[in-house]
Amino acid sequence: MWATQGEAKAASRYRYRISAFVKKHSISIIALALFVILSFVSPVFLTSRNIISILLQVSINGILTLGMVFVITAGGIDLSIGSMLALTSVIIGAILNRGGSIWLACIVPVIVTTFFGFINGALISKLNLFPFVVTLATQLVIRGTAYIVSGGYSQSLANIQFRQIGSGKLWDLIPYPVIALVVLAIIAYIIMHHTKLGRYVYAVGGNINAAKASGVNVFWTRTATFMIMGFMAGVAGVIMTSRINAAQPNIGVGYETDAIAAAVIGGTSFAGGIASIPGTISGILIIGLIYNGMNLLGISSYWQTITKGLLICGAVILDIIVRRRRLG
Amino acid sequence: MSTQQGIAADDYILVCTGISKAFGGTQALDNVDFRVKRGEVHALLGGNGAGKSTLMKIIMGLHRQDSGSIVFDGRPYVVRGPADALNAGISMIHQELSSIPQLTIAENIFLNREDTFGRSPFLNKAVTNQKARELLEHFNFKKDPRTPMGELTLAQSQMVEIIKASSYNAKLIIMDEPTSSLDEEETQNLFRTIRDLTAKGVSVVYISHRIEEIFEICDTVSILRDGRYVGTRPVAEVTKDELISMMVGRRVTAQFPKVDCEIGDVVFRVENFSGKGFHDITFEARAGEILGITGLVGSGRSETMRAIFGLDDKISGKLYLDGKEIVIRSPVEAVQKGVAMVNEDRKGYGLCLSRPIRENISLASLEAKHPEPLINRRKEKSEAAEVAKTLSVKAASLEDEALSLSGGNQQKVVLAKWLMTNPRVLILDEPTRGVDVGAKSEIYSLMCRFAAQGMAIIMVSSELPEVMGMSDRILIFREGRINGEVTRQQIVSGAVGQAEIISKEFGQ
Repeated sequence: MWATQGEAKAASRYRYRISAFVKKHSISIIALALFVILSFVSPVFLTSRNIISILLQVSINGILTLGMVFVITAGGIDLSIGSMLALTSVIIGAILNRGGSIWLACIVPVIVTTFFGFINGALISKLNLFPFVVTLATQLVIRGTAYIVSGGYSQSLANIQFRQIGSGKLWDLIPYPVIALVVLAIIAYIIMHHTKLGRYVYAVGGNINAAKASGVNVFWTRTATFMIMGFMAGVAGVIMTSRINAAQPNIGVGYETDAIAAAVIGGTSFAGGIASIPGTISGILIIGLIYNGMNLLGISSYWQTITKGLLICGAVILDIIVRRRRLG
Repeated sequence: MSTQQGIAADDYILVCTGISKAFGGTQALDNVDFRVKRGEVHALLGGNGAGKSTLMKIIMGLHRQDSGSIVFDGRPYVVRGPADALNAGISMIHQELSSIPQLTIAENIFLNREDTFGRSPFLNKAVTNQKARELLEHFNFKKDPRTPMGELTLAQSQMVEIIKASSYNAKLIIMDEPTSSLDEEETQNLFRTIRDLTAKGVSVVYISHRIEEIFEICDTVSILRDGRYVGTRPVAEVTKDELISMMVGRRVTAQFPKVDCEIGDVVFRVENFSGKGFHDITFEARAGEILGITGLVGSGRSETMRAIFGLDDKISGKLYLDGKEIVIRSPVEAVQKGVAMVNEDRKGYGLCLSRPIRENISLASLEAKHPEPLINRRKEKSEAAEVAKTLSVKAASLEDEALSLSGGNQQKVVLAKWLMTNPRVLILDEPTRGVDVGAKSEIYSLMCRFAAQGMAIIMVSSELPEVMGMSDRILIFREGRINGEVTRQQIVSGAVGQAEIISKEFGQ
């Protein structure tokens, strides 16, 4: 009697370990599977040129997603990042076309978007407002500001050096945006998994009352996630502006959707408190692989959009199923 | 008043026989009988955990009894939910009102029974308002039925709830502490309405912690204690002391591992604390002392503790730590100053269930132990493992989610979290709620050990045996004020027993 109970217990624990492993790495496993399938079905897929082009394609959305993961994990959402990209773009235009230096053109917009992130975060956590509504509103404010700064016109950029940010390559091989993505991913990993801030982000998203009752500064933690988001949006905006080589107030529409999609596919739970940076990287890559794979197979971009939508649904359903099972 | 023997079964509107209900391992109700006559006001009296609300929830169809039968209005009574109970003729007026503030009085009364034009989906507001107006007039309630509920005072919305109940042709209305937020005039108004209702043959089950009210408005009183039925008495034939003696439960035996340790200087002083639900609270806690705080649920114990810890706002009051005044505006400051609090709501305020045990243990002490932004993983792990071992937390791995632990072990993780902060003052709100017997006694031993290390421990508890068995001193809360103080000597010598404490909980 005891032995069988013990065995059953051991077996269930073993099964638990396996399912825990699969659960923990399911996103990476899916990304890997996609990678393997694509290398079989398309001869072009597994060339270094194609791989680098995938990474370049995902770099802007990837950087945005890294910020979005912090926001969602702490229990928020940020809809204003698309217009932050536009604001970044027109600020760069204003600086460069008045003869300002490249450094100024890169740093000022990032400071501005981080500041808007602070505004978002402070409004939400100080006054306890809904993130959805606040960022929906600031999105309009930021977009409007972008139109005012630019006068409503798009301007091409004459600065050759600035173009290098988006189109230059290290050792003539790795595009700078990819390097930016990798570096920011490493920084995000360290913040999320090895600093007190990251720990508090998990705690606040996991149970805001328990975090508060444990002496965590909930206001700063939530605000910090929006500032990280703003910073990432600024960096992504600099890269984007350089790549299109123009200052445009109308860019970035819908980018928040892609960032939220990649975060959710990467295992970030909207219930808060559940996310990992490696999972997020996988989520970013999965979206890139799907776009790339469908392009290589000649499937229309309309289907890509549908696929992305279905994928988000799948990820959310998976999240709910996993959570329900855990809560018994 | 007639005696019980002389009454035929027909005279009873509600007859509950042998009701039992268990939640997990806890027997909330054990073979309880409860009978209410037609047209009477029947008080249901009992201390914390007596089983009053469980019994009422079974009658309202929110729980299903494990065994026992209910006969209502002469017929077997089976309900699947509050809607069934309403249709059968039983309404409950809740302590927290359940009306919708955005809707009008009429819309609230006729919610889910709206009049429409014929069979169309379009509302006929004129008819609904007219019906509501007639009802309000009948109860002499002078308000326009089109007034939004949100504009009414608490007493007025309670009145609307009662009118709503009677509009369902309720034969039995259950009132759960209806006077807890009413002033004297409003209370008298309510009593008048209750008398009107009973004159029409409606029965009322009246749950209250104010014994004086029972003598004023009720005809009969039934007493529950620790989930058991103690007895029923006509109010006219019973005294307050008799009622209290009927509520006295299990005797305190030597089941508590209380170790008397040397009690030192005053560590913590709370002075003139006032806020929502508590007034002018002043007390001291000494090093090595376990200060027990008890009182009925809703007597302001937890509210006071939450305000001390900075979780809720206070209106006024001062705190002193080691004789120096300290200011705590938020739990952040409480933790910095060495005040720790184990919340009564473990899942809501104690743990991040989806995070690993290790992270839960270290959460409150990260600022103190890891001054730089980066967390020293190795240090964190070893310290968490050490404290988990000290408290004998039983977990397969500290990397498992807190969700995977039993209630007792979850509580030990919460204790571990606060132990990591090296507190001077440890507030424990219901430290053994939802914890199995073995873990309970471990937690008691730990409390003694912390006290021996010179901590001041403040233990809030609803369980009288626990408070009497573990405390060096006991404060009794009643309606937001301290209504009495008992020392360990008085309890050990037998000078003060449960009856005295219960009487302080319930009355003057």
